[in-house]
Parts: sequence; structure tokens; C-alpha cells
Amino acid sequence: MNDDVDHQKRRILTTAATLVGGVGVAYVATPFVLSMDPSAKAQASGAPVEVDVSKLKYGQLMTVEWRGKPVWILRRSEEMLHRIQEGSDSMRDPKSDELSQQPPYARNEFRAVNSEFMVMIGICTHLGCAPTFRPEIAPADLGAEWQGGFFCPCHGSTYDLAGRVYEGVPAPSNLVVPPYRFLTDTRILIGVDTESA
Amino acid sequence: MNRWIDQGKSWLETRFPVIEFWNNHLAKYYAPKNLNFWYLFGSLAILMFVIQVITGIFLAMNYKPTAETAFASVEYIMRDVNWGWLIRYLHSTGASFFFIVIYLHMFRALLYGSYGKPRELLWVFGMLLFVLLMAEAFMGYLLPWGQMSYWGAQVIISLFGAIPYIGGDLALWIRGDFVIADATLNRFFAFHVIALPLVLVGLVVLHLIALHRVGSNNPDGIEIKAKKDKSGVPLDGIPFHPYFTIKDMLGVIVFLMIFAMVVFYYPEMGGWFLEKDNFVPADPLKTPEHITPLWYFTPFYAILRAVPDKFLGVMCMGASIAVLFALPWLDRSPVRSIRYRGPIYKVALTIFIVSFIGLGYLGTVAATPIATNFSRLFSVLYFAFFLLMPYYTKIDKTKQPPDRVT
Repeated sequence: MNDDVDHQKRRILTTAATLVGGVGVAYVATPFVLSMDPSAKAQASGAPVEVDVSKLKYGQLMTVEWRGKPVWILRRSEEMLHRIQEGSDSMRDPKSDELSQQPPYARNEFRAVNSEFMVMIGICTHLGCAPTFRPEIAPADLGAEWQGGFFCPCHGSTYDLAGRVYEGVPAPSNLVVPPYRFLTDTRILIGVDTESA
Repeated sequence: MNRWIDQGKSWLETRFPVIEFWNNHLAKYYAPKNLNFWYLFGSLAILMFVIQVITGIFLAMNYKPTAETAFASVEYIMRDVNWGWLIRYLHSTGASFFFIVIYLHMFRALLYGSYGKPRELLWVFGMLLFVLLMAEAFMGYLLPWGQMSYWGAQVIISLFGAIPYIGGDLALWIRGDFVIADATLNRFFAFHVIALPLVLVGLVVLHLIALHRVGSNNPDGIEIKAKKDKSGVPLDGIPFHPYFTIKDMLGVIVFLMIFAMVVFYYPEMGGWFLEKDNFVPADPLKTPEHITPLWYFTPFYAILRAVPDKFLGVMCMGASIAVLFALPWLDRSPVRSIRYRGPIYKVALTIFIVSFIGLGYLGTVAATPIATNFSRLFSVLYFAFFLLMPYYTKIDKTKQPPDRVT
């Protein structure tokens, strides 16, 4: 057609128009992408839950719901705590070095503020199933080494009575300890941090 | 009278190319004359897609996508809606049959080397369809809001959480809440009934455009376009219509007989098409004893479980699907069809079939140590089939394919 076409100018204009258009697309996409994040209502429903643990017997587990997740409270006897201490060698993270899995005040041997009461979120850190509570020692299906703990039926991950993950299972880390504080000796508020003493 | 018809045809054709389309894609679209029953599954896949869309539209008229009402509305469809049970069973059984058809369709490509040059893009579009179909089935499975719906979705969405750095936020974004909740159900409904079906239709069109550009492969794996008569028609080609439309109709009739038998007499297929745990409403606090995906996901799920590391497990499962995309470039054999392949490929393909079905079975049973070891063995064999393919297809002793189809 016309040999006088300035191809370089045409290329620059095409590139510029594409870039500006691309920025526009990114801006328009933003509200749609962000609309899929948890809504204000979903975020607000994470209100703290108060639990009375006075009726809990030694070795008994109770489940409460917080933010739609199951939160376990396990009352541990002296003997159970002893078994936790002895089992440290076969744990992946016995000293709770992975900081994201518990608040700082639960970063100790028993992963608890008060070692008698274990508070943790009952969701397997592998793929989110709810593990089952298996307090008995050496049951047939879990083997002679079993010292009581939690077993995830989905993919066979195992945790001890402090929610610490065993080595050689699919789950990568210990069960999560939620923020909580003791209001009295037997009343726990889940979802609110213990004030740093 | 005839003059009127001719004038009408010409009026229409000038404005809209009906006859041209008919000729290009049916009456003068030449397909190899030796296509056997393996070539029925493409048209059957289209049939299944149509059945799923139609039954899906009617289900959506009575289904309610909220966490409070979803389970009850499915039961309402099953018990109170006139013929609701039939429409629902057609849809749920249809999902499984869709995958049966697709797996056989893909296996045909493996048998006759249908992905080979120049059909690489045809294969890639097909693989994209397969992946999207899995997403479609997965999202649809959450909608009844049963125990297996809930916990299956929990496991699969948690897979995204295994991605380093962004994983946690990504999983949160997909769920729209801290756990699987009403928001998740509602958005999965939107994806399942409109977003993914639209993309699927688009990809089916791309798949067919690519097919009609290169033409069907055939059981001999040779190009019929290499030998043409004076008017440019392949010597071994016959018009798609009426020859293959009639053949496909026979296939449809036989297929629908089997399909109807299952829909009417075995809609749950002993827990394989509708799992027993899914007749219990979703309970966010209690995982079923034994979580298994539906049978069409189990081979990949078994690979996930075989790896004792969260991130690597997810990667291996992703790789087991991704490696299929590379198939056209992994196969270095000079021949396409199994008929002229050498013994090594035949053995390799047999091992692959055993591994795939073995994984499919192992994905449905509890993760005992023995089952896990078998899963590991089969996973290694699964990947070996693909990753060693460039080597063993090259050294294999192939036979010379004939000049013309047999």
C-alpha cells in the first residue's frame, strides 16, 4: 500500500497501547479477585469462645468450635505428661521450634500455659482432616510403640498428647495451638492471647 | 417447487454458510475408513457433556447453594420433586460415565499414538479439557454438602496450602473463609454451573478445530492424506456423514443401554459412584473414618499419599498429570500404532495399565504400610513409563507400517 508507513512509530504506539490496556485490565481485575477473600462478616465471626473445663476428667478430651474449627481441650494426668517427656526423641519438632504453630507462651515442653490442659486446633497440618483421639497404649492397629496421642485417618499422620508430630509421617508440623488465656483456674477463653506477664 | 428450494438455499448460503459448514465438517470431511470401536468415545464424550448440561440445568432449578439448605435441597430433589430422583441420578451417574468415556478416549490415543506429530496441539487441548473436567467434577461434588463433599474439598483445597510462601493465603482465598464454609459452597456452585462449563465449551471447540485441521489418526497410525485420488480425496477416507454418523449412532445406542441400566438399577454402584458417607450432612468437627475421593481421582490421590512429605507429595501428584501434557514429545518411536510397535513398548504399556489401575484401587483403601509400599512401587512405574519413554521408544524394534490402511 504505502511505503511511507513509519513502522517504528507504529510499533511504539502498539506497545504503549498494550501496556496501558494491561494496567487497566489489572485494575479492573482487582475488585473481582479480592471479592473472593474472606468477607468482613467471615472475619468478624472469629469471636472468642469461653469454655468451662472444671468437669473435664483426666484423660478426657472435649471439642469446642472456634472460627468454625474444632478446638480440643485435653486434661492430662501426671503420667501422660511423663510419657510426653519420654517420647521427645521420635518427634519432628520436639521443642516447638516452628514459631507459627503456637503462641510464644505455649512454646514449652508440653505446649501449654498450664501443662494440665492442652488446648489445640484439631485439624491435621497435612491436609486438614480431623485426627482421632487415641489415648490407649499399644492398640493393635497402631503398634506396640504407641504411647497415646492422635491419629489422622486420612493419611496416617500421628501426633503425641501435646500435638507434636511424629517423624516419618506426611504431616509437616505440630498441631496448631490457638491463642487462649485462663480467666480462672477452670475457665479458658479461646481466641484471645495471654497477656505477656 | 424445486426452483423455490434452490433459491431459498442460495439466499441463505449467501448470508450464512450452512451448506459450506455441513460439507467442511460432515459430508466432505473424510475420516479413515478403518476406524474401530475405540473411536466412538469422542462423540460419546460430547453426548455425556450434553447430558450433564441438561440435567444440571434442571437440578439447579431446585438446588439451594447455602450451607444450611444444600443437603436438604438435594434430599428434596430426591424425594419430593417430580422425577427429581431420575434427573439427579442421571447427573451423578453421568459424572462417572463421563470419566469412563474420557479415560477410554485417552487410552485410545495411547494405543494408536494419536498424539504424535502433527496432532500435538489436539492432545494438549484434550489434556486441558481433562484437567478442567476434573475441576468441574470436584466442585460439583461439594454441592450436596455431605461428609465426603466437605472433607474431600478440605483435603484438596489444603493441597494449595503446601505451596511455599503464598500457599496459606491462596487456600484462604479459594475457600473465602477460614474453613470450608458457606462462602466456599456458594462460589463452587457459581464455578460449577457457569464458569467452568463455558470454558469447557470453548475448549471443545478448539479441540474440534484442531481435529478437523489434522484429521483423525487411525488404528494403523498412518496418514491417509498421503495418498489422494485426482480430486484430492484421500484414497482411504470416507465421508464422516453418513458413514461415521451412523456408526456413532450405533455406539450411542449401546452406550445409552448400559448407562440406563446403571442409572435405574445401580445408581450408587455400591459406593463407587455415590459414596456412603455422603448421605451424612457435612460436619466440620468430625472427619469420616476413611476419606476417599471418587474413583476417577484415586490414581492421582494414591500418588499423593505415597509420598511421606507434604510438599513433595503435592508436587508428585501435580507432576503425574502434568507429565501427560508432554507425551507427544516424549514418544520418539518412528511408528504410532501399537500394531507396529516393538515388544518393549507393549511391555511398558502393560506395566503402565497395571500401575494405573493398581493406583486407582490403592487410592480407595486405607493407608496401611503394605498398601503404601505398593502405592510407591506403582507410582515409580507410572513415572518410569513416561520419563524413560524417549529412551525405550527409540531402541524398540518396530515393524514397518503398510502404505495403505488395512
